[in-house]
Amino acid sequence: MTHYSFSDRFLVGFIYIFLILLAFTSFYPFWNSIVVSLNEGMDTAKGGITFWPRSFTWDNYKVVFEDSRLIQGFMVTISRTVVGTITSILFTAIFAYGMSRRELMGRNFYMLVCVITMYFGGGLIPTYLLIRDLGLFNSFWVFIIPSLVSVWNMIIFRTFFRELPQGLEESAKIDGTGHWGTFFRIVLPLSGPVVATLALFTAVAHWNEWFIASIYIMNEKLLPIQTILRQILFSNIATEQMSNMDAGAIARMNEVKTVTSKSLTTATMMVATLPIICIYPFLQRFFVKGVLVGSLKE
Amino acid sequence: MANASADVNAARAASRDVPKKNALQRFIRQLDLQMMVLPALALIFVFSYIPMYGLLIAFQDYKMGADLVGNNWVGLKHFKYFINAPEFNTVVRNTLIISSLKLLFTFPAPILLALMLNEIRKMFFKRIIQTLTYLPHFLSWVVIGGMVTSMLAVDNGSINMFLEKLNFIDKPINFMSLPEYFWGILVTTNVWKEIGFSSIIYLAAIAGIDPHLYEAASMDGASRFKQIYMITIPCMMPVIIIFGILAIGNLLNAGFEDILIFASNPALRSVSDSLDVYVVRVGIDNYRYSYATAIGLTKAVLSVTLLTIANLIARRSGNSLW
Repeated sequence: MTHYSFSDRFLVGFIYIFLILLAFTSFYPFWNSIVVSLNEGMDTAKGGITFWPRSFTWDNYKVVFEDSRLIQGFMVTISRTVVGTITSILFTAIFAYGMSRRELMGRNFYMLVCVITMYFGGGLIPTYLLIRDLGLFNSFWVFIIPSLVSVWNMIIFRTFFRELPQGLEESAKIDGTGHWGTFFRIVLPLSGPVVATLALFTAVAHWNEWFIASIYIMNEKLLPIQTILRQILFSNIATEQMSNMDAGAIARMNEVKTVTSKSLTTATMMVATLPIICIYPFLQRFFVKGVLVGSLKE
Repeated sequence: MANASADVNAARAASRDVPKKNALQRFIRQLDLQMMVLPALALIFVFSYIPMYGLLIAFQDYKMGADLVGNNWVGLKHFKYFINAPEFNTVVRNTLIISSLKLLFTFPAPILLALMLNEIRKMFFKRIIQTLTYLPHFLSWVVIGGMVTSMLAVDNGSINMFLEKLNFIDKPINFMSLPEYFWGILVTTNVWKEIGFSSIIYLAAIAGIDPHLYEAASMDGASRFKQIYMITIPCMMPVIIIFGILAIGNLLNAGFEDILIFASNPALRSVSDSLDVYVVRVGIDNYRYSYATAIGLTKAVLSVTLLTIANLIARRSGNSLW
């Protein structure tokens, strides 16, 4: 391994340069948005803002946090993410533990029922009509209940539970603990990494989801921030955000005067992104446990 | 999935051992275990299987309020209507082109990245590259849409500024509203978003390769490039094939979140309308439920067929999904 030929060095050198360029491309649009959100709007409009703010200010964020419509949107997003992640992970993990037990009667039939849904489904319109008939239109629970069980996550959990040492569960059985007790007292505490990873993926999906609200929710007060952001960014009305502001935000904007619609939307985008971006690097080492390599093919 | 037949055999063996009349008793005895799975199965029944039953409206003229049995049966009317619709050619062409382009670029890109990352011996450097390339995966399509619009903007967009500085163009190009750039922007953004995160799977596959293979190869004087070509890639093949099958099964899913975001401009419809996007527009926006369901059903059946064919071909190499 210590001896490198000329062509090997050339190859490795090329790889280093390529990876640095790729990492730069991955990061730059995000970084540039942060910089724009921290720069005075009027100044940004002159152009040339790239790596560093020219005229630093918190004003854009102050206006965003004065706007009650956006605050409401953040609240909806935070609520659905917290409630949706906890319930879905718990529900799916219990389901997966049951499915991982060899003594479960009907296990193969249950598995078939699950696997079919991975390849075939009713599609958008029949689901839409079902949600309507269930009375979930304009209800917070449309974010939670339909995504309570995830078949993919169940399979990942199940694979993980099966690899746990059997002895632990048998000793629990001798102590007279039932399946539920074993799950909560022994299996769940041992499943930290896989729970953390799947919880992160589920939370990200909830946090970033905007389509469900755009078709099932008409009540403005129940729109998550991503759906509001989409209206702001792509409504084809350049000043949508400004025209829908409440009095407090307008007062703040008149006070600072340098805010433009672009600087404001960029700041909103960053508030809607930063929480997730701050969390994922810390869970990165667990990610492999959350991907399907081993689970798909058993 | 692969051991399903083994499970079935085991279940058969078990049912031979225990007389049938005990089945109910056994079920009651393991009621606490059954209660762990039955609520979830009930939810799957409601949210996955009832919509499958709802597919019947594709063969009816759906009326608000009427139940599924009470509607008028019209046979294949809506399917025929779709085939003869003026949008048919555009929608099918766009779906096939967009998904083929995505398959062509987003499928191999993370494999190449994993191969490159594997050549990096400095763990700290590797870690930073990974963290940064994972970042776009965690952004929502809405936010990415906002960023890309801002990068490609005519006034002061970074890309136009950069191209002007290098004298590639005389005046800024309005990338976001010209149809000829749409597919390029869509595919590039997809590769950019998922290349890092998708490489995790392939890195895990590489990590499972026996290091002795490399030692033996380097003793035989194989260069790094030759080792990648002769050891790493062949050892990754099972994983590559499985994800290849899944990608082919997804061929008709040209994706719709990204298209809905990037093509909010109606001027782009001639290149952006895919099957899924078309279903959203005629079904949700124009209330043509039966017609939209017929299109969705056609797509779902074709997808399952494609997946089965891809799996049959892969089975010959011994790496099939089921």
